[in-house]
Amino acid sequence: MAQIAIPRPTSVANNQPVSIWLPAVSLWWREMVRFYRQRSRVVGVILSPLVFWLLLGGGFAKSFRTGAAGAEQNYLEYFFPGALVMIVLFTSIFTMMSVIEDRREGFLLSVMVAPIHRSAIVLGKVLGGTTLSTIQGLIFLALAPAIGVRIGLDQFALVVVIVFLTAFALTALGFAVAWTLDSAQAFHAIINLFLIPLWLLSGALFPVSSATGWIRILMRINPLTYGVESLRAVLFPQMVSNEDFALSTSIGILAIFSAAVFAIAYIVANRSSTKPAA
Amino acid sequence: MISTSLRRPEQASYAAPLATAIHVSKITHRYGDRVALNEVSFDVPAAEIFGLLGPNGSGKTSLFRILSTLMLPTGGSASIMNSDVATRSNAVRREIGVVFQAQSVDIKLSAKENLTHQGHLYGLRGTALQSRVKEMLSRVGLSDRANDRVEAFSGGMQRRVELAKGLLHRPSVLLLDEPTTGLDPGARRDLWKYLNILRDSEGVTIMVTTHLMEEAEHCDRLAILNEGNLVALGTPAELKAEIGGDVVVLEATDAASLAAGIKTRFGLNAVVLGDKVRLEIKSGHRFVTDVVEAFPKEITSVSVSKPSIEDVFIARTGHRFWSDDSKGVSN
Repeated sequence: MAQIAIPRPTSVANNQPVSIWLPAVSLWWREMVRFYRQRSRVVGVILSPLVFWLLLGGGFAKSFRTGAAGAEQNYLEYFFPGALVMIVLFTSIFTMMSVIEDRREGFLLSVMVAPIHRSAIVLGKVLGGTTLSTIQGLIFLALAPAIGVRIGLDQFALVVVIVFLTAFALTALGFAVAWTLDSAQAFHAIINLFLIPLWLLSGALFPVSSATGWIRILMRINPLTYGVESLRAVLFPQMVSNEDFALSTSIGILAIFSAAVFAIAYIVANRSSTKPAA
Repeated sequence: MISTSLRRPEQASYAAPLATAIHVSKITHRYGDRVALNEVSFDVPAAEIFGLLGPNGSGKTSLFRILSTLMLPTGGSASIMNSDVATRSNAVRREIGVVFQAQSVDIKLSAKENLTHQGHLYGLRGTALQSRVKEMLSRVGLSDRANDRVEAFSGGMQRRVELAKGLLHRPSVLLLDEPTTGLDPGARRDLWKYLNILRDSEGVTIMVTTHLMEEAEHCDRLAILNEGNLVALGTPAELKAEIGGDVVVLEATDAASLAAGIKTRFGLNAVVLGDKVRLEIKSGHRFVTDVVEAFPKEITSVSVSKPSIEDVFIARTGHRFWSDDSKGVSN
């Protein structure tokens, strides 16, 4: 038999982890393969923006048309960025249910005994979820012209960046929560606690400028607000008059938020404990 | 000939063989108030098949988790190939291959994809990885199913993928948790045959946890755990030799009174286990004749056997391996 030249670990053992990228990309690749091999998930990702869009473009828009002429189209435009963020929000967070699944199925154990940096695990999983929800967000965006939203290539590129950052932050959030839990039920319970408030107070439904008092403060500190506002600034610049939400500031805050949540996810995953890992 | 960094000659591999592969020193582990491991110490020399035998709750799973770097011990220390499992976990992780009791393969991936992914986690890539994957698949007899998804495999075949996964990066120490769970007798035999080959031809040190006595018999040496304590350590033959002679088990209408009768008549200490009386004696066959003559009515069945690992366990702990009613044991 041919001698396979993979070096055996030497007695001068190396305590450095394997470089981050190879394991991270491999974990990301696994997420993609698993996704397209589960047909129902593929159908879900493609169909749910379609269904959402049908409701929005059909029912929602029509009921608003019964109002005064001219104003109705504005609300649909107003709502569009919020709807896009909502799709990204749900998909991002719920893809990280797979962390709990991986733990239950034992797959995670074999990853955790490998000599890899824990950030590679976080990065691989989070990028996997981010990719899927970005794709879903962009499918929704692709339908925008059908309701009269036209965007140029430069706008499109900016939207991709914003959607990616939003998805990355939310997926990392889902990861951090899922890592600490051992059941899907517990995950749902915890996530529901802040999923809806996060979205409601993001400026998706009503503008920050119309809110008052503590609601307004909450909206200002909600990172999702900056996702919604920056999308709005790119897609409907004529609607944004408030200088508090300059595009570059919003994207900057979004990027900082993404990095912060990723760091939290890493810290959560990197804890060594005297309690069983699974 | 193209040479890559992975295609190094192997002289480094066997340069400094270590006498001790696994060193466990006063390992203690508590979950809250419950003590799962109580100052357990032992050494496993290189190229040995070492068994960790104990019933459920004996602490063997806790020890397995600690050695596989999944959990920090609350007290004591352990090292593998001279690296401490708690402080130099990456070094330990490079040395060990782990086969979990729970399935860890991804059933949505093919056997080959599972192994390729596993290789990436150990920094292996490219053609070196591909040929290693191919080699491992042929070693576990799955070459013709390499591209089939694991979900279509039988339990035994999935286990073989697990084993290939654990061995892919050529670990010097292989840790297996209850490896034969769910395997039919043929597959069990094959696994043990393969573990022996690994030890003999590649010098891999193997640690197996098990709750099965038959399996413990296959090990070069054994540690027996009971309620977190190390109760016996040695080769199966040594441990059985300590029993001395034969094991006689008598089934009786009233076990307690029979045991008392044996004590007064023969001066022997017999252990009552449920409706059975058990004792160890040099020439079992002669004693059996005497005892049946002495208590013809009480005894309903007699068995004489050479000591087994279970007998070692009973001798060291005073109760049966599986019994929950261990409190009811009297001497």
